[in-house]
Amino acid sequence: MSEEVKLMKGNEAIARAAIRCGCDGYFGYPITPQSEVMETLMEEEPWKTTGMVVLQAESETSSINMVYGGACTGKKVMTSSSSPGVSLMQEGISYIACAELPCVVVNVMRGGPGLGTIQPSQADYFQTVKGGGHGDYKLIALAPSTVQEMADYTVKAFDLAFKYRTPVMLLADGAIGQMMEKVVLPEQRPRATEEEIRANCPWAIVGKPASRGRNVITSLALKSEEMEATNIKLQAKYREIEKNEVIVEMHNCEDADYIIVAFGLCARICQKTMEMAREKGLKVGVLRPITLWPFPTEEIKALANKCKGMLCVEMNAGQMVEDVRLAVNGKVDVQSFGRLGGIIPAPDEVLNALEKLVADNA
Amino acid sequence: MNNDIIKPENLVYTKTPVLNDNPMHYCPGCSHGVVHKLIAEVIEEMGIQEKTIGVAPVGCAVFAYNYLEIDWEQAAHGRAPALATAVKRLWPDRYVFTYQGDGDLAAIGTAETIHACNRGENITIIFINNGIYGMTGGQMAPTTLEGMKTATCPYGRNTAINGYPLNITKLVAELEGTRYVTRQSVHTVAAVQKAKKAIRKAFENSMEGKGTSFVEIVSTCNSGWKMSPAKSNEWMVENMFKAYPIGDLKDK
Amino acid sequence: MKEEIIIAGFGGQGVLSMGKILAYSGLLQGQEVSWMPSYGPEQRGGTANVTVILSDERISSPILNQYDTAIVLNQPSLDKFESTVKPGGVLIVDPHGLSRMPERTDIQVYSIDATEEATRTNNQKTLNMIILGGYLKIRPIVKIENVMAGLKKSLPERHHHLLPINEKAINMGMDLIKKIN
Repeated sequence: MSEEVKLMKGNEAIARAAIRCGCDGYFGYPITPQSEVMETLMEEEPWKTTGMVVLQAESETSSINMVYGGACTGKKVMTSSSSPGVSLMQEGISYIACAELPCVVVNVMRGGPGLGTIQPSQADYFQTVKGGGHGDYKLIALAPSTVQEMADYTVKAFDLAFKYRTPVMLLADGAIGQMMEKVVLPEQRPRATEEEIRANCPWAIVGKPASRGRNVITSLALKSEEMEATNIKLQAKYREIEKNEVIVEMHNCEDADYIIVAFGLCARICQKTMEMAREKGLKVGVLRPITLWPFPTEEIKALANKCKGMLCVEMNAGQMVEDVRLAVNGKVDVQSFGRLGGIIPAPDEVLNALEKLVADNA
Repeated sequence: MNNDIIKPENLVYTKTPVLNDNPMHYCPGCSHGVVHKLIAEVIEEMGIQEKTIGVAPVGCAVFAYNYLEIDWEQAAHGRAPALATAVKRLWPDRYVFTYQGDGDLAAIGTAETIHACNRGENITIIFINNGIYGMTGGQMAPTTLEGMKTATCPYGRNTAINGYPLNITKLVAELEGTRYVTRQSVHTVAAVQKAKKAIRKAFENSMEGKGTSFVEIVSTCNSGWKMSPAKSNEWMVENMFKAYPIGDLKDK
Repeated sequence: MKEEIIIAGFGGQGVLSMGKILAYSGLLQGQEVSWMPSYGPEQRGGTANVTVILSDERISSPILNQYDTAIVLNQPSLDKFESTVKPGGVLIVDPHGLSRMPERTDIQVYSIDATEEATRTNNQKTLNMIILGGYLKIRPIVKIENVMAGLKKSLPERHHHLLPINEKAINMGMDLIKKIN
């Protein structure tokens, strides 16, 4: 049954994958273009099958704090929202990161700033990878580009969240959330039992047995020395994640004179551009960071040594391009092309931008 | 001194082991310590130490987790009912309570309070109402009385500028989701005993699936109020009780 | 085989669900498929469109600026998408509600009086199936049995009694479509 191929929306794939991977709780608030996540869960009623809790909260503020409270219990919990809602969640995400709790936050991005538009965007890159809330913290950020990946990376997000006790962001956009493609859902995994939680998460809030002292989950340390120690520990963990967890996908980069760097949906559009460019005899490759943090700095650096230029394509005013430029460190020209406010760049527009890059570096 | 009288049979009082020996950071005369002790005693008497989970607020009671020997989560300002909602739904056989002050519960966390109560979450909310922000240094709270002076209404709360004292407990009692809503105090021995009964009842309710239990404790903040502890108690009886009368608001 | 289609019209004409049935049909015959809708308030009466791709190979971009086939059901959609059909490609229009007919001569233009037929048979909801039938007559990219199976999958069970009416509409569309240039 698990091999059955189904047609579904990206948002639906997230919900179904969450149930399948043994998620214990979802807490959310409706916002376009991601409401199908909670709608699918409410329709599926997983509390009757796996026992998963699904709750519509009164706000995104409340959702993320329910996730915080739930994550403390050692259970697999998640929320999903879209850009304005995720802005509201930033306080809670900072607390969760500091308290070193596992959880998954999905952002199906729409165009901002402000109330903006409900159309797809990638303008929350900075918010996601540079720390949208206060303090020195990082989120592991996974950027799916297909509906299948919406399912696969939901599962992967939980695995990473528990491996490192850290919040993981699934950063998609409205188009991937709304489009339908073929999906093979993951195998149904059982939810963790109380015994497993007690064994695997000794830090979890389960009720204090006589055999140990009280567990306290807090992000407060009034003494600066303690808070510095907390920060040093977090940073050490982040270095470990940077070393181990970079995921990157490359298409035709081996012989490429020009590299397009793009994530999520844009990476697929750029593959079309690559096909068009190759037909014209231009040696073009596409590098797609799947983890936006940790960022594939080394992979980009290596390509910068052998290509003539890079084009970073995003549905924003040029955010990831800053990280590409840091990686390239001046070795080659890095240009930026983006559409703003909810417009998806078309493959031929990208080709025009690419041809400008080629002309500038001929 | 003759120590011969220190014998088990002469024991008249012992501190519950649920309350540990950490020196409390609360000011002398503060109501928090008494309420902490009552919760600890209820937990011990009900034999639920291994099954109780507390959610601490932001405010003076942020450090409640240092004193009660149970598992604790510490919430962001005002969000304790959201955390408690998730904990109770994920661990339905645990006793889950929040411990919140007036700023936390009735200003920044009003939405979380109202909606947790309206959903009828099977949790206990302990609400310490002293009409002032203690931890940040005595600023105006939503429950600050008309005319009462604080650091941010130094000439007294003026309703034309600051609006009216918020009787959130009355509001919460109106909600279908609440089962038990009561207002108590801890300024006399008799009051302490009543408050303890109320807390116990609230904890017991949380296993019956019939809705939220909400226990307000009208309290003093002698440092914020700039009065001696004894004077604070008198002032509370004369003024606070008029705006916030003691007794059950709802018991169904 | 690769077919890149845009279907556009008013919300309520069944544009999105026509695309969905096509995508399901492709899925059932083992093709790669993508269904990319315009979404938002336009679903409730404004202009709606959906890009559907059926392909034997992995689909890179689900967003396109040129299409093998455009099916347009209102004037704003004709204005927007006539120019996006690849030279030699197919443009299908329902003349009902159009204030002008297509002007391009380097593409194959077809007309289908689907709205009129749906009105005549007093079954407005079959409009999109009549058009789908017409389209499949021109571009038989999926088998009718797969369309019917796809329809069955995309319709809730309580509506399965409508399957025969829909099949009839598909056949009607096949008869109605005519080349006009």
